[in-house]
Amino acid sequence: MGSREESELEPRSGWTDDQVDRVIGNLLRFGLLISAAVVAVGAAIFLIRHGGETASYDIFLGAPRTYREIRGILAETARFHGRGFIMAGLILLVATPVVRVAFSVLAFLKRRDHTFVAITVFVLGVLLFSIFWLGLR
Amino acid sequence: MSILSLTAVVLGASLLAGFLGALTGLGGGVVIVPFLTLALGVDIRYAVGASLVSVIATSSGAASAYVKEGFSNIRVGMFLEIGTTLGAITGAVIAAFVSPPVIAVVFGIVLIANVFISFASSPDQASRLAGTSDRLAARLHMDGEYPSLRGIVQYHVRRVPAGLGLMSVAGILSGLLGIGSGALKVIAMDRVMRIPFKVSTATSNFMIGVTAASSAGIYLHRGYIDPGLTMPVMLGVLAGSLIGTQVLFRTPTRRLRWLFNAVVFALGVEMIFNGLTGRI
Repeated sequence: MGSREESELEPRSGWTDDQVDRVIGNLLRFGLLISAAVVAVGAAIFLIRHGGETASYDIFLGAPRTYREIRGILAETARFHGRGFIMAGLILLVATPVVRVAFSVLAFLKRRDHTFVAITVFVLGVLLFSIFWLGLR
Repeated sequence: MSILSLTAVVLGASLLAGFLGALTGLGGGVVIVPFLTLALGVDIRYAVGASLVSVIATSSGAASAYVKEGFSNIRVGMFLEIGTTLGAITGAVIAAFVSPPVIAVVFGIVLIANVFISFASSPDQASRLAGTSDRLAARLHMDGEYPSLRGIVQYHVRRVPAGLGLMSVAGILSGLLGIGSGALKVIAMDRVMRIPFKVSTATSNFMIGVTAASSAGIYLHRGYIDPGLTMPVMLGVLAGSLIGTQVLFRTPTRRLRWLFNAVVFALGVEMIFNGLTGRI
């Protein structure tokens, strides 16, 4: 982490760097583990049901419409469709770094580091704008 | 090919790509996209979509290990993320207007550039630690320290604007090609901003996930991320890279690096050739 001296000067104004590091590390590991598990469950269902069918990816048609929006993915997951689970796991995977940036905003807020609050809020804004505005309308 | 056998082949190749990517520091994406397009004839848009997702998985896996050890510089990473996220969105938007052969040619050029970069030498420790940080770095309190065998090493951060510019390019390539652009990110920090190599790699690993997440929504919306193909790529690259990180400190990687570079070079040439002849 950047400046350890700062947090040592004001120990009560925020979390220590080690605490922040630990939470971020656990967050990434936890997010990754959950998403990989959900994808693996989806893989099992998908392969058991569709393993014998023919795969073709040589012509680009794009993924089926239902798998291009959150509502469709959730609906497919609720119906226990393998590909729904896979996509739900992938959404969790994409969400992990976003949650991490959001957590960094909190960490900088607690330390009253206004410049970096502004920087991380901007990055978070860019991420959310891209995912929800340009992506999953 | 049946879905079951395709899944098995892609899973195996992704395992190997993730393993070699972790050992050499290039990441799995740069190998898996050429493999899917050249060997299996997969449309490059599906390949790029699957690769982008696997890049996020590897980044989270590697970053969680590095953060714990106190190498990565979150302030530097967060600030540079301004450039990479905006760049990644730009790249992902451009990708819609660029034809697959052009993407293949750009991909090939990036592969070959990667090979040359990996043979160039890193600045030596003395010139690195001499001098002071630039004004922006000082204002943003970017200087940091990291644990080493000889105790805590303190370092300065330099040329922040130039680093930010290069990071924007890394972001554009990431959004356009579905790769992590780890090599370019490390160059921006290690060579341009003179941040120690270990800190640069760790910070790059943490940044890759955020960069890739900012183009993932756009890819998903366009249907680049197909569940059937992305599943074995993501699981394979992730498992391979986790194994690769475990053996990283025990294996003599010099010969392996040469072999890997030769393969990447050949893949680059073939991507450019197939792109130019319209076979992709």
